[in-house]
Amino acid sequence: MARVVVDVVMKPEILDPQGQAILNALGRLGVEGVQSVRQGKHFELEVDDDIDDAELTRIADTLLANPVIEDFTIHR
Amino acid sequence: MHVRTVGRRGGSAPGNLSAVAVRVGVVTFPGSLDDRDALRAIRLAGAEPVPLWHGEKWLSDVRAVILPGGFSYGDYLRCGAIARFSPAMESIIDGARHGMPVLGICNGFQVLCEAHLLPGALIRNRSQKFVCRDQELRIENAETAWTSEYQAGQRVVIPVKNAEGGYVADQRTLDELEAEGRVVARYVGGNPNGSLRDIAGICNVAGNVVGLMPHPEHATDPLTGPGTDGLAFFASMLNSLVSAA
Repeated sequence: MARVVVDVVMKPEILDPQGQAILNALGRLGVEGVQSVRQGKHFELEVDDDIDDAELTRIADTLLANPVIEDFTIHR
Repeated sequence: MHVRTVGRRGGSAPGNLSAVAVRVGVVTFPGSLDDRDALRAIRLAGAEPVPLWHGEKWLSDVRAVILPGGFSYGDYLRCGAIARFSPAMESIIDGARHGMPVLGICNGFQVLCEAHLLPGALIRNRSQKFVCRDQELRIENAETAWTSEYQAGQRVVIPVKNAEGGYVADQRTLDELEAEGRVVARYVGGNPNGSLRDIAGICNVAGNVVGLMPHPEHATDPLTGPGTDGLAFFASMLNSLVSAA
């Protein structure tokens, strides 16, 4: 068994209203110096050792992320 | 899934002698909300509404399918992302590629984008708020299977109610949609959700698959909606099937 982490975040050119709302809330909290916030998703997968990188890419590309609007990174 | 030209089966709808009980399905996913209204709109248009269950691959011999609004699978992961892999969707994707009319309304539009039957995606409203209001639209393409009973340029009022209705796609895709006349409807008098180029609905190249963020099924009866402007979506589909026979 291995733990694999997949992080998914909106592509830079796609507006992220949730990140924007968090940024605005930071301002209300009195925090200065944060220029932007992008909200994403973090997946932790426990996978068998025979799951290869190609299969992980398929999992991320077809289900965990929507490649039309999101980028993903796989950490194994 | 197979698509037939309209068969001459018995049981014509009362008051509509030309339409021969055209069966039109509405898929209920766990969390669907507007499936009943869609079934009712089909009946009001003169077709035979057929409830379909997401877990069934067999589409009960329907000639067209509506994917209704709501929150399929609780909007987990992304709106429509899990519904896309349901057994019913396997058959619907196959049927859509063979010309079966498919209309995705709101969550159904999201499912169609996730299934790659339509390009682009729908993201959180720019306002971050759920928007529910009667919305003016301009019908841009009156030649799809679902809009042929409208006139191009016609203004209609159809309710919108969404939190994730912002249509996005890359510039090239947007330009392609515009050039090919695949923007089916556009918001006028204020964009409710930040959709790029005020897009309210789009279609595939063949025009049989339409995704629409507003809810025409909620504008089919003056008692329960702003009017009856939405009824022509369902009448268009029925006529396209009957005239194809």
